[in-house]
Amino acid sequence: MLIDFFLHLKARKLPVSTKEFLTLLEGLQAGLGEHSMEDFYFLARTSLVKDETHFDRFDQAFGEYFKGIEQIPGLEVDLPEEWLKAMMHKHLSPEEKAKLDKLGWDTLMEEFKKRLQEQKGRHQGGSKWVGTGGTSPFGNNGYNPEGIRVGGESSGNRTAVKVWDQREYRNLDDSVELGTRNIKVALRRLRRFARLGAPDELDLDGTIAATARNAGYLDLLMRPERHNAVKVLIFFDVGGSMDDHVKVCEELFSACRTEFKHMEYFYFHNCVYDNVWRDSSRRHSDRTPLVDVMHKYGPDYKLIFVGDATMSPYEILQPNGSIEYSNNEAGAVWLRRLADAYPSMAWLNPEPERMWDYRQSIGIIRQILGEQMFPLTLDGLTRAITHLSRKR
Amino acid sequence: MRFEGSDDYVTTPDLKLAVNAAIRLQRPLLIKGEPGTGKTMLAEEVAAALGMPLMQWHIKSTTKAQQGLYEYDAVSRLRDSQLGDDKVKDIGNYIVKGTLWQAFEADEPTVVLIDEIDKADIEFPNDLLRELDRMEFYVYETRQLVKARHRPIVFITSNNEKELPDAFLRRCFFHYIKFPDRDTMQKIVDVHFPGIKQALLKEALEVFFGLRDVPGLKKKPSTSELIDWLKLLVAEEIPVEALRSPDQKASIPPLHGALLKNEQDMHLFERLVFMAQRNR
Repeated sequence: MLIDFFLHLKARKLPVSTKEFLTLLEGLQAGLGEHSMEDFYFLARTSLVKDETHFDRFDQAFGEYFKGIEQIPGLEVDLPEEWLKAMMHKHLSPEEKAKLDKLGWDTLMEEFKKRLQEQKGRHQGGSKWVGTGGTSPFGNNGYNPEGIRVGGESSGNRTAVKVWDQREYRNLDDSVELGTRNIKVALRRLRRFARLGAPDELDLDGTIAATARNAGYLDLLMRPERHNAVKVLIFFDVGGSMDDHVKVCEELFSACRTEFKHMEYFYFHNCVYDNVWRDSSRRHSDRTPLVDVMHKYGPDYKLIFVGDATMSPYEILQPNGSIEYSNNEAGAVWLRRLADAYPSMAWLNPEPERMWDYRQSIGIIRQILGEQMFPLTLDGLTRAITHLSRKR
Repeated sequence: MRFEGSDDYVTTPDLKLAVNAAIRLQRPLLIKGEPGTGKTMLAEEVAAALGMPLMQWHIKSTTKAQQGLYEYDAVSRLRDSQLGDDKVKDIGNYIVKGTLWQAFEADEPTVVLIDEIDKADIEFPNDLLRELDRMEFYVYETRQLVKARHRPIVFITSNNEKELPDAFLRRCFFHYIKFPDRDTMQKIVDVHFPGIKQALLKEALEVFFGLRDVPGLKKKPSTSELIDWLKLLVAEEIPVEALRSPDQKASIPPLHGALLKNEQDMHLFERLVFMAQRNR
């Protein structure tokens, strides 16, 4: 039975592994989760899910899988009619009782069952369980809903259901980008270590050699610590057709930011012209001339473009082709200048590689920059990094 | 051996179960959560409750996995060789034991805290896989295998600054300390301030949770900030009325510097309050 549960979690795209599943079983064998459904839920969560962003998905999957079990003590199976009647009468006013007599108990029960069924149907797609949402089947009919909270009174496991039904971790889901780690690992290859700054680390090999030369008298040699000395200049395309790719760009950006000490970034729209900017909200007032960028950050910077390069060909080839303002020189001119200024460059394109041949503007940019465009996937990123780290 | 919470530390049932699973199955427990929700304190409390010694290893950005095991002090050995010390013949004299080694060779089971593992390099957790899984490691200098005499209870905390590798996660239990709800918060405060006036506490919690709901705050105030703030309120003998804003007007709570630690947040909050006052 639990194997099905495991497979169900896998089908729900939770990254669970066999080892973790065995850990869960081991925990059960040790008697950790046997006291209640709730304990089992906690044990399963702590051993199978290792990221709070997956908690919500786990809660849902857990709810789906164990829903059947929770429902067993429902009305259909058996709920003592006597008890129900007693409960109802307790909450009815004399007039209502009269009405009830008129309607007849059986009709009423039929109605009750029907409504319960309806409600369940709705709940499968929704989020709440029977009775907790305040839409008790009899609320509409004027009876006190307190008396007939079916799922609650009889299941005995209500508290347990609640824990995963509350879905407390909903807003954690996706708040942290997934896959940033993979991107970081790919970016690591771009690291180029150099020893800079004050010598504060013992150079063991150097010390041994120097001591030997010194006829056995200790001669300590120090050297500066290694730092990642690679410098990166990134241009991000923002707005318009790039909106579809915001998430993957954010991932890339946050990975880059923590990975490189010397990272400068600028934004552009569709194609680079005279100006770029750093703050999208002040892009009209606070622009940086591209010439200044090229002068300030020397050719030892590695230039990375991130953009879909999807636009009208005029925006690249014609002066005044920009959709935002009239540019004196065509985008292609600026692109060539950048390509000349930075010998080490790459263009990362979030559009799938197979689509590239269908977009004229992509073809033009590839012509201008040479074969330096890579898809923004892990594989493409790795290729781009290899390309960038090649010595020239 | 079971952990049932302690007088000074309020635990939720899920946290208790996670801790007990880690103790029972002898796997490391990885704890995440907002800053100030008591991640580090948990290890201290568990150690105190179970009467075991606590070994702490605080991770910095320059920490290497090797440093938790042992370090070879080459400089002392070189110096001793100059002085003709006899010690120099045995390399073992220059092996400095790290936290994990000390825990592994202790006579009794210990609690090990690896604090803020996310501060270290991205490969750091990968370098500790075998050590945490098998609880053993090899000392190359002396060609000896160090094996844990008692598997320590390992707590690892993370602030989510870096993602941890899957292989590492698979070997741990995981618990996310979520921000306490009002009831749990009440319990936590009761533990810290047994004699606090209930009226004051009620208003203070009101203000506190209200502040946490302000959208756009860079750093939401956390439990430890609430405790500090309450300490100040009690010390300054601030009356309840000062917290309750008259005629339901928005106002800046007294000593709010203890809750908001960020200049921009403070500024944002003051602006919001100002706007609210003007609109009424």
